[in-house]
Amino acid sequence: MIERTPVLNIATHAILVVGLLIAFLPMWLVFVAATLTIEQINNPPISLLPGSELIANLTAAWNRAQLGSKMLNSLFVALLVASGKIAIASLTAFAIVFFRFPGRMVVFWMIFVTLMLPLEVRIVPTYAVAANALAPAQAVLEVVGIAWLWQVLTGVKLALEWNLLNSYTGLVLPLVATATGTFLFRQFYMTIPAEIVEAARMDGARPLRFLRDMLIPLSKTNMAALFTIMFIYAWNQYLWPILVTTDRANYGTAVMELKRLIPTSASTGGGTPDWNVAMAGCLIVMLPPLVVVALMQRYFVRGLIGADK
Amino acid sequence: MENRPHFKTLWLGVLLVLPQLLLVLTFFYWPTGAALFWAFTLEQPWGGGSQFVGLDNFSNIFTDRFYWESVLRSLVFGVGASALAMGIALVLALFCDRQLRGYAYYRTALVWPFAVAAPAAAVAFRYIFAPEAGVFAALNQLYPNLWNPATNGDHAMIMIIIAYSWKYVAYNFIFFLAGLQAIPRSLVEAGAMDGAGVLRRMRDIQLPLLTPTFFFLLVINLTDSFVDSFGIVDITTEGGPSKATTLMVYKIYFDGFKGLDYSGAAAQSIVLMVLVMTLTVVQFRYIERRIHYK
Amino acid sequence: MAEIAIRQVRKSYGRTEVVHGVDLDIGNGEFVVILGPSGCGKSTLLRMIAGLEDITAGEIAIDGARVNEREPRERGCAMVFQNYALYPHMNVADNIGYALKVAGVAKAERARRVAVVAATVGLDGFLDRRPGQLSGGQRQRVAMARAMIREPKVFLFDEPLSNLDAKLRVQMRIEIRRLHRRLATTSVFVTHDQVEAMTLADRMVVMNAGHIEQIGAPAEIYHRPATRFVASFIGMPPMNLLPARATAPGVVALASGARLMLPPGWVMTGGDVEVGIRPEDVLVDAESGDGNRLPFTVEFIEELGAGRLAHGTLEGIDFIVQLPAGASMTAGETHVLTLGSNALHLFDAGTSRRCRFDAASPMAGVMQVPVVGLEHSVQASSA
Repeated sequence: MIERTPVLNIATHAILVVGLLIAFLPMWLVFVAATLTIEQINNPPISLLPGSELIANLTAAWNRAQLGSKMLNSLFVALLVASGKIAIASLTAFAIVFFRFPGRMVVFWMIFVTLMLPLEVRIVPTYAVAANALAPAQAVLEVVGIAWLWQVLTGVKLALEWNLLNSYTGLVLPLVATATGTFLFRQFYMTIPAEIVEAARMDGARPLRFLRDMLIPLSKTNMAALFTIMFIYAWNQYLWPILVTTDRANYGTAVMELKRLIPTSASTGGGTPDWNVAMAGCLIVMLPPLVVVALMQRYFVRGLIGADK
Repeated sequence: MENRPHFKTLWLGVLLVLPQLLLVLTFFYWPTGAALFWAFTLEQPWGGGSQFVGLDNFSNIFTDRFYWESVLRSLVFGVGASALAMGIALVLALFCDRQLRGYAYYRTALVWPFAVAAPAAAVAFRYIFAPEAGVFAALNQLYPNLWNPATNGDHAMIMIIIAYSWKYVAYNFIFFLAGLQAIPRSLVEAGAMDGAGVLRRMRDIQLPLLTPTFFFLLVINLTDSFVDSFGIVDITTEGGPSKATTLMVYKIYFDGFKGLDYSGAAAQSIVLMVLVMTLTVVQFRYIERRIHYK
Repeated sequence: MAEIAIRQVRKSYGRTEVVHGVDLDIGNGEFVVILGPSGCGKSTLLRMIAGLEDITAGEIAIDGARVNEREPRERGCAMVFQNYALYPHMNVADNIGYALKVAGVAKAERARRVAVVAATVGLDGFLDRRPGQLSGGQRQRVAMARAMIREPKVFLFDEPLSNLDAKLRVQMRIEIRRLHRRLATTSVFVTHDQVEAMTLADRMVVMNAGHIEQIGAPAEIYHRPATRFVASFIGMPPMNLLPARATAPGVVALASGARLMLPPGWVMTGGDVEVGIRPEDVLVDAESGDGNRLPFTVEFIEELGAGRLAHGTLEGIDFIVQLPAGASMTAGETHVLTLGSNALHLFDAGTSRRCRFDAASPMAGVMQVPVVGLEHSVQASSA
């Protein structure tokens, strides 16, 4: 469109540059802080240009928070959540869209409702479930009388127990148990023309073959999108991991360690706060999701917009 | 949906939904039910039986001044953070959508903060706003104690709002830009033919057509401000100073896990659930309206 | 009212040029239709007149003044969009009156003018409705009213009828024609529908692949297509085109060896040509008459209700004949077709342009040449 608006164009660029400053300045300050010495950072005003201590600070943060094993844990959890979500979501959506079975709509709504309540608002009881994931099953068995029958027959009290605290399962499963991706896949499957389904049936394709040969190849983009956002979502989790992990040495995730890096009077023993090391740790911890986004920019935006509907 | 062709194998369909169904039952319905149960009983921590107490837990929290303060603070936080994050994002999206030179770079650059973990952003802003070191410390050198979120509750609230909003600017920007680009180009062109300039078109055509996106985001932002604020608060202020930043979720966590008051925490959870569900129901209404416009 | 002058206008997106130097003059009050297949650059040209697209090179002038750098609102054009582009959040009155509102016209005056224009297009009674509550035809009218209310110098139409069903399209076509009679505003109308173009246009512009192929009155374009493309694009069913080679003055030979006599006056510069004849100009089993007589093998008959089309081959080339009422023909039969000398069109195979026809050519005269494949000879008449 022909627009002769030189003043407005300059204003537009100015506004967007301010936007860029908002997006980058905080992280630039973090980066600069991570390159300074402890003396430099505690002598305001601090420089806006990087210093020379980046490697030293990164090393210090890495060692202090034992980030090596923590980053591996985070990576493992994020990959499990992302791939578990894709698998479960695509299968459920496949069943809901392409099958008719009694209670299908009930199942649909049961999963749909979970969108309404994020993990954080039901954190206390979810924690209790994690302490024994089979408690629900135990309760069901008790109510229907199987537990009683078992005790009568075997003389042993039936006590199902599966403790998820301090385990990858505990870190992963509750994060997978939501409807986010299911609806992304459902919406996508609904756009698949009915003719393709009918053609596949005419060709004698069985359901699983149809899933493998048609749906999965067609939904690669959606899978990539869901993978991207779930990876970031899982990596960035904070509340759930600090609850379910008491054994930090073995099961702690990287994001959990952020708080430990913050200098407090307790951690520095009343000494000078070493924000430079904290900022170096912060850089390390937030890097993997940024790499994923940089590599998958297109899918990231697509996934966000699709998943939240 | 009902008339789509489908496969006849009954058992396979059931089998396919079973994994998700089990997960949802175990980690969603059971805990939600447990929260309901606990909310109406007096629960001994770590087992030891429970006793039905009716609405006592609710009347306890509703008569608790600290609870109402946390609700009020959550509202201040939610409204403040939503206004900040949505306001900035809307302006950026409107001008980015003009697609002047460099458009693609602006778009890419403005999106990335959403990938930063909220706790990482919190650590960053805690440093930036630290009274003794870093950026704002310079202020304190000029005027001692002009800025101190560690002792001043208002400062602490401003800090968590900014730290939280920062990544949501990126989030809202993505949605506003997508919303703007979903407006048919020809409508803006028709506005130009009708004589409206750039700003006039924003006001008369783009903003009104963005209303559904706006309300959708408003609900999402408010909801997320309730549920997604834990990491920010825990890392920057731990609810302080003197509970000035104890938001609802933080209070639930604190009462439940530090105070071991399961019943009180459960009752608070139920209130928060009702609040979030109400917002979500409102949100679906607006999604309906969005479809209606097309 | 205005004249539009388009001089050597080009449009490129990046390195791809989509409009390759177009020249066109549109007179005051004229209704010009730009016709072409999709992707030929016709909409781009229209949008460049409107100011919705930059002009890469060349110049567009309205009323003698160069408008290349002017914003859309400064050009005095109004546009009717293909999908109507009605503002979904405004009611009909606000949609129609938006341009006046932007121009700062007082509310009472605005309401008065909206009412007048709405009455003109038959929308009174709908002013409070939202576009979403209107039928396709009504939306079309709102779009027209919105364009009319500004009393623009130029109306631009970007395929405005293509979203309507066939019956409504005919009706709206007539209304547009009627409006133009009354307002006599310079109009540029873009379409890919040749019937629409033929019926609406004072003058037609046929475009293809970013070039103008021909400019002329609808009848002229139909009867004297300037290029092979126009010949094949205009007319339903399309013109039959037979590749041939000039062998002697006034004679061309088809690939099969069959010869066609041409009326004297065609000037052929190269050797390879294409001979065209419209399906409706072919005579079937004519007793006598002038022209080339060739055998035609029928493959199948297409029933159109008002008439019938015979598809088949003529000297090994696919060929279509429109059957006159009463002609009987069935698949598998062979009939003799007469390709009337005066109905033939000749195109240079190299340039694809129509060969020049000059009645005063020195070759004028009577020749008798045996035609291969037929036992009788054909008399080629003088023009």
